Amino acid sequence: MKLTTMTIAAVMAASPVMADLVFPSLSYRTGPYAANGIPFADGYEDYFTLLNERDGGIGGVPARVIECETGYNTEKGVECYEATKGEGALIYQPLSTGITYQLIPKVTADGIPMHTMGYGRTSAKNGEVFSNVFNYPANYWDGASHAINHIQSLGDISGKKIALVYHNSAYGKEPIRTLEELSKKHDFELMLVPVDHPGQEQKSQWLQIRREKPDNVIMYGWGVMNQVAIQEAANIRYPMENFIGIWWSGSENDVLPAGDKANGYKALTFHNVGDDYPIFDDLRKYVVDAGKAAGAGDQVGTALYNRGMYAAMLAAEATKTAQSIHGVSDITPAMMRDGMEALEITEAKMAEIGLPGFGPEFKVSCENHGGNGLGAVAQWDASASEWKLITGFEGSDQEVVQKLIEEDSAAFAAESGIEAGCS
Amino acid sequence: MFYREAGDFSTTYPQDSQTFPIKFDRYRYYVVLAVAFGIIPFIINDYWANAVMVPFLIYAIAAIGLNILTGYCGQVSLGTGAFMAVGAYSCYKLMTAFPEISMLIHIPLAGLVTAAVVTLFGLPSLRIKGFYLAVATLAAQFFLVWLFNKVPWFYNYSASGQISAPERSVFGIIITGPNTEAWAKYLICLVFVTICAIIARNLTRGSVGRRWMAIRDMDIAAEIIGVNPMSAKLTAFMVSGFFVGISGALFFAVYLGAAEVGESFGIDKSFLVLFMIIIGGLGSIFGSFAGAAFMVLLPVFLKNVLVGGLGWPTDLAAHLQLVIVGGLIVAFLIVEPHGLAQLWRLAKEKLRLWPFPH
Repeated sequence: MKLTTMTIAAVMAASPVMADLVFPSLSYRTGPYAANGIPFADGYEDYFTLLNERDGGIGGVPARVIECETGYNTEKGVECYEATKGEGALIYQPLSTGITYQLIPKVTADGIPMHTMGYGRTSAKNGEVFSNVFNYPANYWDGASHAINHIQSLGDISGKKIALVYHNSAYGKEPIRTLEELSKKHDFELMLVPVDHPGQEQKSQWLQIRREKPDNVIMYGWGVMNQVAIQEAANIRYPMENFIGIWWSGSENDVLPAGDKANGYKALTFHNVGDDYPIFDDLRKYVVDAGKAAGAGDQVGTALYNRGMYAAMLAAEATKTAQSIHGVSDITPAMMRDGMEALEITEAKMAEIGLPGFGPEFKVSCENHGGNGLGAVAQWDASASEWKLITGFEGSDQEVVQKLIEEDSAAFAAESGIEAGCS
Repeated sequence: MFYREAGDFSTTYPQDSQTFPIKFDRYRYYVVLAVAFGIIPFIINDYWANAVMVPFLIYAIAAIGLNILTGYCGQVSLGTGAFMAVGAYSCYKLMTAFPEISMLIHIPLAGLVTAAVVTLFGLPSLRIKGFYLAVATLAAQFFLVWLFNKVPWFYNYSASGQISAPERSVFGIIITGPNTEAWAKYLICLVFVTICAIIARNLTRGSVGRRWMAIRDMDIAAEIIGVNPMSAKLTAFMVSGFFVGISGALFFAVYLGAAEVGESFGIDKSFLVLFMIIIGGLGSIFGSFAGAAFMVLLPVFLKNVLVGGLGWPTDLAAHLQLVIVGGLIVAFLIVEPHGLAQLWRLAKEKLRLWPFPH
């Protein structure tokens, strides 16, 4: 009798069937994109560690992060997806547009939601077509529009020549159509300068820029490409204040190698910068000082760490929403999807989390999986080694963006035989 | 004891010239086919299909294709990745332009298109050899990738420059797109692998293959004994292109579902397939399979052991994996330059004498 009880107790203690919420982290800590992949992955994991340590999980259920190395490679990304989806994965955030394109049909077939925050397929904003894909709070086309708006706010844009330096992949090609529409609308000349993966060699591209002298350069770069581009821009003495990167080209790791010469470089962002928020005290107390930080623990407060944490925060909030909708704490991926579709981020909520004013307020609905598309411009201050917001969070040209989203999502629906509509 | 020629008498010419003259080999071959067709489809799940079996089978076709060119005919090619892209893009164009025609026709057609393109890039081989030919095929690699990126017609003017496979079915079974069952994916690849391997095996045993090998061993001598170098080299490029094209079409349509030329068919892919045939064994169909299995399975295996089993950090495991795979390649080249196929050959030699070696 005693033995039986002991056995049962032992089995109970050892058995892993305890309810948990699984958040796979398809990260990349190796390869040419590691410099950007590491801070994001650290931030993502640390936030869930904080919730587990401080609050005992989300709604009383501990969160479990399964990390899987993709190396920004689509084949490995698919392998990671297949390897982790059986564990009850609630949400995928691959941090790669290439992997996103692979996973959109797969997650839709498997009924698992995917959140591509500020990347991925832009037209996924149309939730009537992309039922399981979310890209709130902003997308690539918003970014292109923000950059043009910012240039416009500094002076008349018509007749100017604007170069787009982009990663020659699905990611970098995303904004081209928007910029073409905008160039027609505002009458500026668009010059396309592709950079092939991984982007370590950009001499010819910057020679071209030096020769053609565009008034502004917009960059859609990632990984090692960012550092090289900023260094090359400094080498040809391109005025940094005319050089604007998308939010993926705006981390500390991108500008630091160029030193003082990177001073004045601008990058877009859809959330705030810096570590002057109450949540960082908790993060230091419960995670970093307790020795539970992911990776080396040296990235806290950097732009991409914050973004990873913000992504985790949105996932956790969606989990809470799902728990309250369905009245269960151990939710399924389908419930998670409902939670994401009903997600509402308010100032009060962010203040409660410890991130007051960190990101925009938005509300997700079936028609709009993409939020409001607000963005701001940050500028690098090399002497203080920090990013500073130089504008407020402003909207994008929805007239252009929304039309393109409808066009592209309708094309996707026709191509893959999806009946658009909200259930 | 079991593995021997003794007692196995051929009474007709077809029996004498069959692929596996030794009875044990023949039965082993039937057992492998029976397991592959009769058992695995019933037990395979998504993970095994997508992470292990489907890439293994598809890379095996590519390795057979490259092995014909490099292993049998001695023409070094560094353009395999781009030639796979030709297969993928022609399959994409065909399947979107003629949706009503079966994929079983589109995939071989994609192979034929690739064969034509590869033959075109094989023309310089009539004048140049060795390293210089390698550089010419390297140019093909970069040119084709650039072409598929540059000309929007190839990707149907999609905004992202990606191609994605729409849903297609064969005999009512979906074989492309996200709703494909694991077993359907596996079986369609298996069918193509089996057919390709049988064709390749028989071509290399016949007069065509002997001409290729004559060219490989010494082209001037081959020409003197009456082998036409032009037809021999170009047929090798053509046949190789056909197989590589089929593998590219399957790689895109069945395995990935969506592809981007620079990432999926870059220079690393060319090297990966080249490593497969070097490790597997140049000039051996079995070697193509062994090499593909080695290069596909080892990373997955190491990852599962290091991260899943030992709980190591993912970045450490990923770096260590590069070290181990690289080290094994070097070790293989030193210890067994003829690859896994040679180990297999040696094992068979030993088996013939077992248990009474003298």
